[in-house]
Amino acid sequence: MLQTSPSSLVPPVMPGTQAMLSISDLHSAYGQSEVLHGIDLDVAPGEIVAVMGRNGMGKTTLMKTLMGIVPTKSGTITVDGTEVTTLKSHARVANGLAYVPQGRMIFSTMTVQENIETGLTVTGSRKVPQDLYTMFPVLLEMKGRRGGNLSGGQQQQLAIARALASNPKVLLLDEPTEGIQPSIIREMGRTLKKIRDERGLSIVVSEQVLSFAMDVADRVLVIENGSIVHESLRADIDEAQVARFLSV
Amino acid sequence: MFGDYSLADLSSIFVMQGFAGLILFSVYVLMALGLAIIFGQMGVINMAHGEFMILGAYVTYLCSTFFQTYLPSLFGAYFFVAMALAFLASGAMGMLVEWALIRHLYKRPLDTLLATWGLSLILQQAYRTIFGPREVGVELPSWMMGSIPVTDSIEVQINGLFVIAVTTVITVGVAVLMYRSRFGAQIRAVMSNRPMAGAVGIDTEKVDRTTFGLGCGIAGIAGSAFTMIGSTGPTSGQLYIVDTFLIVVFGGAASLLGTIASAFSISQTQSTLEFFLSGSMAKVLTLLAVVGILMLRPQGLFTLKVRR
Repeated sequence: MLQTSPSSLVPPVMPGTQAMLSISDLHSAYGQSEVLHGIDLDVAPGEIVAVMGRNGMGKTTLMKTLMGIVPTKSGTITVDGTEVTTLKSHARVANGLAYVPQGRMIFSTMTVQENIETGLTVTGSRKVPQDLYTMFPVLLEMKGRRGGNLSGGQQQQLAIARALASNPKVLLLDEPTEGIQPSIIREMGRTLKKIRDERGLSIVVSEQVLSFAMDVADRVLVIENGSIVHESLRADIDEAQVARFLSV
Repeated sequence: MFGDYSLADLSSIFVMQGFAGLILFSVYVLMALGLAIIFGQMGVINMAHGEFMILGAYVTYLCSTFFQTYLPSLFGAYFFVAMALAFLASGAMGMLVEWALIRHLYKRPLDTLLATWGLSLILQQAYRTIFGPREVGVELPSWMMGSIPVTDSIEVQINGLFVIAVTTVITVGVAVLMYRSRFGAQIRAVMSNRPMAGAVGIDTEKVDRTTFGLGCGIAGIAGSAFTMIGSTGPTSGQLYIVDTFLIVVFGGAASLLGTIASAFSISQTQSTLEFFLSGSMAKVLTLLAVVGILMLRPQGLFTLKVRR
């Protein structure tokens, strides 16, 4: 039936397995105004979690706090057993977090290949791994072009490739479907699942498009005013109810 | 103003003033490279850049005195040692300043402007206290003195050729570093989007400090070159900082090629006009031309064509 309480019944992580990403009682604030009021979330290895919610409810802030772009006020963030709460962004990347931001944030004056290479920084390797180009053949075609001159969908693939270059354990995507045409959105859903299956990493994706979330996610959360207000596995999700959370 | 000269005289004058302009161009390019990298990277307007240059000039002076006194046999080679030391001294001081002062003031452009201006006053007074208020000159090794006659009326100075060669090497070096190396890619990534650069795994603080050191170090080399065209005093750097800013803005920030082109056009105009008019009239005309062009092209001479 209705599962509206935050203490919902889904065991976040199966007993016996350690969470890949573990967030507990996370508070974060811009200056004095607190935006996240105690988020708890465990993501299992290989799990895809969709965080849904309307604009201004804290999805992007959650992502930025996880990446260390917005400072954590209290609470802890753990990646594969290592606490990263006090680390700077680049050190979090070294510990296995990778980030595809809202609006993609390609380095627009740098070529496609250089963009991917920036993601290699923490790995110490110099050469773009072949499997990234295999996964996104369009990037190989355009590797000499400036990132800013790609189309939105191509930039999105570039942002994902750049994030994957650091060999992450957890991939964070902030509204990847924003401003992308529907046929490419479906393609992206397939890509995300393929990435998970091939590399076994955990994915947290924030989303406003319910159909996309239903397509890719193993578990769906709804965030409202900085707290998680709803949580359910894809199998027993009540679409109408989640849609109500998302309607304006 | 050209009436008193014959055509042959005029062409000789243009060539020689053009060559003198090339030496000025070299100092400008070295100064502007450092300033442009720092401004492009961190949005910091470094008002103390001239003082970093003068630090390099004083290091060159100390070096020449040291070699004269203790190693006269090696005096011919001292200039290379001096340039390396000038780079290291200015670079180290730049990194120290970034660590102690600048990094606390990112996102506060006006405060950095004031703070670096204050720093420039402190440095000027420090130079005055340490080296005295009188300007000092360096002794050039004999192989760098004199000039090569090209025709009857045209001669080019050897030290000028040397400065131009040094500038070329350093400019090419910076271009390779920025566009061919991994560190350069990291600098450009931080320039383009600082939080995102951190989020792909680049240690932005380290990149900032190294870049600031690099920019100041290049200014130090500019100081070394400067000792050949002027004498070094505590406030000599101030004369160059405004011109250098003009060059960076005129060239279009974040464009290496633009910086070079704008340094070239400004120094050549200045040098040629100075021969026929007074120095300040030459400056007025140069400024007017720059203002005019910037009104037509506010983004500067060169910009990248890319969707933002």
